[in-house]
This record gives sequence, structure tokens and C-alpha cells, in this order.
Amino acid sequence: MTRLRSAARRIWQVATIPLLAIVLAFVAAGVVIFVSSAATSPGLDPFLPFAAYASLMVGAFGSGNGIANTLVAAAPLVLGGLAVGLGFKAGLFNIGVAGQFLVGAFAAAVAGAQLAAAPAGLAVPVAILAGAIAGAAFGFVPGYLKARTGAHEVVTTIMLNNAAALLLTWAVSDVVRAPGFTFARTADIGNSALPILLGRNLHLGIPLAVVMVFAVRWLLDRTTIGFEIRTVGQNPSAARYAGMRPVLMTALTMTLSGLLGGLAGAIQMLGVIGFYAPGITASVGFDSIAVALLGRSDPIGILFAALLFGAFRAGAPLMQIETSVPIEVIDIIQALVILFLAADVVVRRVFRVRAARPVISELATVTQTWAGAGPVGPAKS
Amino acid sequence: MSDAPPPVLEMRGVTKRFPTGTVANDAIDLEVRTGEIHALLGENGAGKTTLMNILYGLVTPDAGEIRIDGRPVTIRDPADAIARGIGMVHQHFMLIPVLSVAENVVLGQEIVRAGQVLDLGEAAERIRRLAKNLGFDIDPASRVDELAVGQQQRVEILKAIYRNARILVLDEPTAVLTPQETREIFGVLRKLRAEGASVIFISHKLDEVLEIADQITVVRRGRVVGSRTPANCNENELAELMVGRAVSLRVDRGRSHPGEVILDVSGLRVNDDRGQEAVRGVDLSVRAGEIVGIAGVAGNGQDELVESLIGLRRAVAGAIRLAGQDLGHASVDERRDRGMAFVPADRHRFGLVLGYPVADNLSLTRYAETPFATGFAHILRNFRAILAHAVRLIQEFDVRASSPMVLAGTLSGGNQQKVVVAREFTHDLRALVLDQPTRGLDVGSIEFIHKQVVARRDTGVAILLLSAELDEVLDLSDRVLVMFRGRIVGSFSARDAQREKVGLLMATGGAPP
Repeated sequence: MTRLRSAARRIWQVATIPLLAIVLAFVAAGVVIFVSSAATSPGLDPFLPFAAYASLMVGAFGSGNGIANTLVAAAPLVLGGLAVGLGFKAGLFNIGVAGQFLVGAFAAAVAGAQLAAAPAGLAVPVAILAGAIAGAAFGFVPGYLKARTGAHEVVTTIMLNNAAALLLTWAVSDVVRAPGFTFARTADIGNSALPILLGRNLHLGIPLAVVMVFAVRWLLDRTTIGFEIRTVGQNPSAARYAGMRPVLMTALTMTLSGLLGGLAGAIQMLGVIGFYAPGITASVGFDSIAVALLGRSDPIGILFAALLFGAFRAGAPLMQIETSVPIEVIDIIQALVILFLAADVVVRRVFRVRAARPVISELATVTQTWAGAGPVGPAKS
Repeated sequence: MSDAPPPVLEMRGVTKRFPTGTVANDAIDLEVRTGEIHALLGENGAGKTTLMNILYGLVTPDAGEIRIDGRPVTIRDPADAIARGIGMVHQHFMLIPVLSVAENVVLGQEIVRAGQVLDLGEAAERIRRLAKNLGFDIDPASRVDELAVGQQQRVEILKAIYRNARILVLDEPTAVLTPQETREIFGVLRKLRAEGASVIFISHKLDEVLEIADQITVVRRGRVVGSRTPANCNENELAELMVGRAVSLRVDRGRSHPGEVILDVSGLRVNDDRGQEAVRGVDLSVRAGEIVGIAGVAGNGQDELVESLIGLRRAVAGAIRLAGQDLGHASVDERRDRGMAFVPADRHRFGLVLGYPVADNLSLTRYAETPFATGFAHILRNFRAILAHAVRLIQEFDVRASSPMVLAGTLSGGNQQKVVVAREFTHDLRALVLDQPTRGLDVGSIEFIHKQVVARRDTGVAILLLSAELDEVLDLSDRVLVMFRGRIVGSFSARDAQREKVGLLMATGGAPP
């Protein structure tokens, strides 16, 4: 009983600020909707925010289809969120999920097209694996650079995001362009498409994402490697002193992070998009950062944060149809959530929260790594 | 006496309970007079800092009253405290390293001219005058991160005085200072006293309290257990009040029975971070069952020596042998496997992960070994073993933690150090390197750790002790070496190591100029 209660208190401690930040974001965005209602209707409509949120919720959860759409939108965010969150655990800020997502999606598309005629039992796992491995390889690059030279992962991953987008545009235009289409794209993936488990679009990627949540949780909490990753993140000096290998862990974490990012791209490709073409959206990459922050880098927290963001995406169209409130309001809400997380002082003031941890440590990683202790270099000689 | 002015500060019945159930302050009474240096003496965790945080408005008391000049006041936040003439110098400085001295001092009280333009010139001038009055040699234009620790502390004092503090609180001001700097800061405090300011001096160092204070209030476990003046008490009495039992301030070392050479360092040369040679050819050896102490002023190559012994820093030349085997470039891990253990000087930076539970910290350096890890390639953590180990060590080393799952960062300094010592001392030991093992600790913890060190020696461990506290080196060591500018410049047997001789060698290196 006491154990249950202390567990509940721990969850409350970690979840208070994110939950209240969400509430506050809805309130603030409500004000925006209210004020902007003057533009679309004759005069201010005080009930518009409520109507908009109601149809948002109905769109996301009100029907079997809505729930399916929410889950499909959430799945890549879960994986992307895990990618960013794992980095945070090691004190790394992986902004490169966008690039890793693209590389993973591309590799899955190419492998999937190659195996389009193979039996699904072979084609699907190989295509998924191709995406994951490509993402891992792409994540390894900034990890290696950081470990060897101290090059900051924020800088290298941002640059690699652009490099990925441009390289893949070239590749799909000149190297693997499928014949018979008017625009540059990869060939159909045929049997490599993720099997639909339920309804119209609930694909295999959804349970896969949930499995990865527990895999990452297991890695971090139960294994010595996870312990090493977390120790390096919390105190690299103590980690070295304890005989751990910060350099190796940095490279390993970025690789695993890239693997998760690539996996996000792979399931989106094989489950939703179906072919690679220049300019496919990689907004998952940046939403993942928000998901990881909101989920406090905890795999379970990330699962819930991704569900929320997925629900936004799934519910927004109905909101726009029924209340004329534009879909872009969702971006405002998401941005406000992160704003209030960062400025948690505001949340504390409004709700008079005294408990909970003083700072969101992941944000410390975001800011500190710039001015903080230099590279995690090899032993000084 | 009845027409005497009221004390500048009175705290009556101040009580603070923390949500965890600990009573940090239990009806504390404190009375500070004008022009008085008032020492608040107590062990780590006795509630001194909490009391001062209440005074400074950082912590809200559950009960009690604060009077300034006889009038009851409520202090809601530090701005309130500053307005009432209270200044505080925290143990960990609250300075912004990249700003100049002047900018740090005026922070929050900027002088502006013509609207919103910061007038640093005017501020710098005022600070210069203030510094001169106090006898500080500080350039207001220099950046804080370029200053030595002792000077940074003066900036903190300047900050308080600049805000017209009449009651200056210093939390463990000497913990980070060299003996020389300590003497200087005492001079400053006396000067402030002469000018009519009141000083509250928080400390657990008995000799300092006896030297500087006019009045001593001793707290133990949140209560005031006695008031003394230096004239009517002595170190032993204060120690007993503070700890609650008789304490031996000197270690009973007994006789040592040195065996064969375990740790052997020859011709060791190590560079510092900037590539300068910091250890310049050190030879030393430590036998089984022997404590060899290295005395020296901080910054004479001790850090680099220790880091190369641990395996965190590569030697440029020379050899380190353990029981005859060259350690070469062996990693930290391999060295531990061969029976070495290390207590690092900086427990926050190297010794502990403050955000981890005590249990994880107690197995931090053996996390990937049986029984703490199991399964293929030791990949799974064995929580049962980690917890059992923690429970045992917490008991054995008397760590005051309510549970093994309490975060290390929430423990007092003494208990944090006990966690490090407990972990390192339970290795299968052959050689033990102790770097500042009792820095910043209270008498009770020091006594405990010293006893543990001697006990390990008596089981045949070779112990190398480095300490900036000369007394600690002299008390514990069977042989004393003196390190100066990267070299060992003297070697004494315990019997011949007189304080003056060793101290002189520490300061001059012994060589004629």
C-alpha cells in the first residue's frame, strides 16, 4: 500500500508540471481562438474555443476511425520522442531526428520496393530493418564526431538534417527513380507495406512503437548499458572515475537514437506514405523534440505525450470543418505547451505548485551543453 | 543592563519542519548584538544553514519570531532581508562568472543614468572606495572567473556591504580557503566588527570559532544545545556539545607493521590540462599496512598525481607499479580489478552522481560486476544485490539516510562522503588512494573516517593520503612526504615530522633561492 502510494507520488511529482502546462496552453490558445473569432464571425464568440476543443476531441477520440487516426499519427511520434528522450538521458540533444527520419523512410522505401513481390513475412521485416539500420548509421555520424572531436551534436545534427534532405532528393531523382511516374519517386512497396491489423489504417507500426517504449525503458532501467548511459548524462566526470566509457556511450547513444528515428521513418513510410518523393514532410522530427520534453524523457511519459500530439493531428481537421478554427491552432497549442514547460515558473505561479522538481532537467541539457563542460573527450594525456 | 539597546537581531522559537518529516530547526533562539562576531557552530545537517535561510527569506519558518533592533519583522524573500540590512555570503558563491566584479556587485541595484543606460563607471568607483576601506585588493573591472576563490568570496562580501548590510551572514566561509586566505578574511571580519557591523559566522571548525568569535551558539539536530564565549570553553568541550558525546580529536593510530612494497611510483611525470608539466619526476612507494601522507599546498601537482594513479590522466614518463606489476595504460576499471580504490577530492564532481539514489552510488564503481550485474556479459542489473549491499554499507558506515533509495544529493556533506568512503573501502583492497578524504566534514564524520582508514591499514592495505589539512597528514601518516612544485622535496618518519619543519618545506620547497 505504501509502495503504491509512493509510486503515485513519484508519478505526480514528475507529471505535475507537464500536465499543468498542457492545461495552461489550452487556456492561452483559447484566448487566441476567442480573439481571432472576430475575423471569421460577426463579432466575438466566447463559446468558440469550447466548440473548437470539443470538435477536436470528437475528431480524435469520438469514433473508431478517429481513434485509429490518433494512433497512426502518434506512432512515429512515439519513436521519434524516444530517440530524442534517449539522447537527453545521455546528456545529448539530438535535433537530428528529422534527418534520421528521412534516411529511415528512404531506406525502407527502397528496400520495400526491391522486395515488393517477395512474401510479406520476409519483405516487411527486412524493409523495417533497413530503415532502422540506415537511421542508426546516420545517427552514428554525429555521435562519432562528438566522441572523437567534441563537435557539438546540435550543430552537426542540424547540418545533417539538411544534408539528408538534399542527398535524398538527389538520390530519388537520379539514382532510384521509379520509371513510369511523372515525378521523381520510388517504386511501389507492394508486399512490404505494413499489414493493417484493424479497421482501415491501424498498421503494424503501432504495436511496434509500443514495444519500443518498453524496450527503451528496459534498456535504461534494467541494464548496465542503460545505467552507463544515464550516468554519463548525469555526471560524465563521475562516470569516467567509475570506469565507464563516456566516449563510447556518446557514440552508442546517438546510434541508438538514430535507430529509433530511422524506425519512425520506416513505419511511416511502410504504413502510411508508401513511396519516397522529394519534400515528404519530416515535421515528425521536430515534433519529437516537443514530445520528448513533454514526456520528460521517460518512455511512458513519451508514449502519453505522443498520443496527445497524435490526437491533435487527428482531431484538427474536424475542428476546422465544424468550427472554422484553422488547423494551425494546433501548432500554437504545441508551441505554448513547450513554452510553459520551459517557463515552468509561470505554471508554478498560476497553479501555486510547490512540489515537483525545481527544473526540467532536459531543458538544462538543451541550454547547458553550449556553455557547459566541453567535449567528452578521451583520457587526457 | 536593562537600558542597554536591544540586540540587533533576535530569533525566538524558530521552528522549521520539512515535508519529509525532519525537523531542521526546533524552537531555536539566537541573539546577536551590534558589533559582535557570533559563531553558529554545529555539525553538517544540524540546521545552521536552514536557520540562516529563514533569516534571509529563502525558507519560510513554521513558527517563531524574528526581531531586528527590537522590532518584530517578517522576511518574505531575500529582497526583504536586504532591505533590512541583512547580507549573506553563501557557501557556494552566487556570482556570475562571466561578468566583471563591478557588474556582479551592482546586479539588481544598478546605477542608471539618462533613463536606462547602465553607469558602470560610477559603480566601479564606489566599489573601488568600498574595497579600499575593507583593505581588499580587487580590480572592479576584472572578470569573476579570473579570480581566485578567496577573492571571489571578497566579491560576495562587497556585494553585501554595497547593499548596506549591517548583519552579515557567512556560511562556512573558510571551507574553500587556504590557511593564508582564512587569516586574511578574519582580518576583514574584525574590521567590519570594529565599524559596528554584526557578523554571523557559520562553521564547524572549532579552532576557527575559538579564534574569531565573541559569542558561540552551538546547535545539534535542530536545537540550541549551548552558548559559550571563547574565554570560558575549549575545543574538547565544544566538540562534545556539538556531537553530543565525547570525541577524540586526535586519532589513535597505534603501531604500523609495514610489509612489502605494494604501490611503487618511479620517475613519474604528468602534464596538466594546459600541457604544462605538473608532476616533475615523482618517486614514492607505499608498503602494505602503511599510511604515507603527502603534505603540500594545493596546486603543487597533487591533482595530476592522483589522476594518473586513478588512470584518468596519462603519464608522460615514469611508471606506476602495483605489487610489482606495471600498470602501464591500464584503465580505471582494470586498476580497480587489481585491488586499487580511490576516494576523490571532489565528491560532487567525481565521487557521486547526486541525482542517483544512495544505493546506486554505493555500487557505482562496480556496477558491471557480479553480484551487481548478472546475465550474459553482465548486462542485467541485479537490484536485489544492489539494495542488499546498500543496506549493509549504510548500516556499517552509519550513513544517515532514511532509505537506500534517497537521492545522494539530498544527504549532508558528511554523509555523502561516507557513501564514497563506504563504497571504496569495501573493494577487495590492496592499495587505497585518499585525496582530501575529510574536506568540509564535521568532527564526528572526520573521526569516523579516520578510524576506518587506520582499520584498513591494519588489515594490510597500502594507503596513500593527500590532504591540504596539514594536521590530518601529520595525525594519520606513518611517513610524511612533502610535495612542492611537482616534486617530492622531503620525507619524514612520523616521529620526525614536526609541524613547523613540514610547514616550512611546504611553503618554500626547502631549496635555497
